[in-house]
Amino acid sequence: MLELKNISFRVDEDGQTKDIIQNINLTIPDSKIVVVTGPNGGGKSTLARLIAGIEKPLEGQIIFKGQDITELGITERANLGISFAFQQPVRFKGITVYDLLKIASGKTVSFGEACNLLSFVGLCARDYIRREVNSSLSGGELKRIEIATILARGGELAIFDEPEAGIDLWSFQNLIEVFENLRRKIEKSSIIIISHQERILNIADEIIVLKDGRIDKKGPREEILPQLIGTSSMVSYCRQDI
Amino acid sequence: MAKLGEVEKRLLQEVADLHTIPEGAYNIRANGVSAGRMSSANIDIQPKEDGKGLDIYIKPGTKKESVHIPVVLTQTGLKEVVYNDFYVGDDCDVLIIAGCGIDNCGSQDSQHDGIHRFFVGANSKVKYVEKHFGSGTGRGKRILNPVTEVHQDENSYMEMEMVQIKGVDDTLRDTTADLKAGAKLIVRERLMTDGDQNAVSTYVVTLDGEGSNADVVSRSVARGHSYQKFDAKILGNAPCHGHTECDSIIMDEGRILAVPGLQANCVDAELVHEAAIGKIAGDQLIKLMTLGLTEHEAEEQIINGFLK
Repeated sequence: MLELKNISFRVDEDGQTKDIIQNINLTIPDSKIVVVTGPNGGGKSTLARLIAGIEKPLEGQIIFKGQDITELGITERANLGISFAFQQPVRFKGITVYDLLKIASGKTVSFGEACNLLSFVGLCARDYIRREVNSSLSGGELKRIEIATILARGGELAIFDEPEAGIDLWSFQNLIEVFENLRRKIEKSSIIIISHQERILNIADEIIVLKDGRIDKKGPREEILPQLIGTSSMVSYCRQDI
Repeated sequence: MAKLGEVEKRLLQEVADLHTIPEGAYNIRANGVSAGRMSSANIDIQPKEDGKGLDIYIKPGTKKESVHIPVVLTQTGLKEVVYNDFYVGDDCDVLIIAGCGIDNCGSQDSQHDGIHRFFVGANSKVKYVEKHFGSGTGRGKRILNPVTEVHQDENSYMEMEMVQIKGVDDTLRDTTADLKAGAKLIVRERLMTDGDQNAVSTYVVTLDGEGSNADVVSRSVARGHSYQKFDAKILGNAPCHGHTECDSIIMDEGRILAVPGLQANCVDAELVHEAAIGKIAGDQLIKLMTLGLTEHEAEEQIINGFLK
């Protein structure tokens, strides 16, 4: 599905160069949920943004379904089937939930289809479909709408950057179900989730631990998860909340 | 009565959503003369004696009726000033649709200055929709200078939707309102300028009566080298509520000056203003691009939503 070859990325901060991602090599297989975890500042979100094309690597290659996409922009990657759910969903004045789902889908979406998408993420469609995606929506509501846009796109590689950030416990329980359903819904699709959450790590097929911009560990969940217990790479929802 | 050509019909559609002759009372003005007029049982449209406008009388108690008074100009060099007075009786509920479209393919400026005065009776509800539109490839400017004067009687409600999205080179909008006890005024202005266009919009709303309420909100986009000034002032002379807001997006080399003003002349006047100007947020563009839109398409979606 996706292959990163020797990817590096650095930024200039206060006149000093800081390495964020250092020579990363990894492969995301078809039909897998891959959870990327690791300490804060380890480069997880940057990795997600590099895959979506929001940031460009300084070195290395990104191969998606056999095609070199390193030089492609965000739009081109989106149209090839890569979707990206923001950690902090963006608000828009005047754009309704229905508008956003239509844009995401790239084709005509019937009212009924849009309602199904919202129901899938646990929102009562009738209450939300005409609402503007503005500051009147809570963090949890926005997050669900963000996930609904990913469903509407139906791409083969969905990237979620800390989907649990800013949502309440009730929404979080439902989020896990949404991911499990998502995998079943899109055939052969793969999902990359940036998360520290124990319950999200528990649904992973594979886990990657990023630390200081490098891959610290990677492998099947059964192998990696026991090594994470008690570290900042895995926290339970309530613990992080406290 | 003048006959309407294809360009005039297209302009009518733009400014008044009219495909055919409207239902109810109407007056269509094309190139300085009437191209059709109809009064109804409750709404009487009379030309002024000097021919420079209309007196529109809406009988007390008129409900769920509408008046269309669109204006279209296609003659280059035509400049006109039109005075329309609306006398809305007590206890009415009516929709008034005005608007002006100018198509100027010539080298001389075309200009329409519409001066509208509204006398809204007690307990009446009026929705006023005014769309301004310009088109044509000529060097001559398309100029619209509307003056709107609103006088609201006790417990009346007036909602004004004023839209100028495209093609008007120069505009000087001047709106004043005074409200008696319990009256409410809602203004929703949407404005977009591009190229070298100029738009100045000024509001002075005076809240004279106890419990009167005004909410004046402008959303605008300035693109190209265009310039906008939004100057909204609310005066509170009694226990009242007033809110004014200017929310603007600037692009390219566009410039916007927002001058919200409040003056409280009564200790129980509650007045609030908000003003925000900024470019389109980078995250908004990126989000829509991750949904498959190009940067340009994303910008258009954001602006369309913002001005909707």
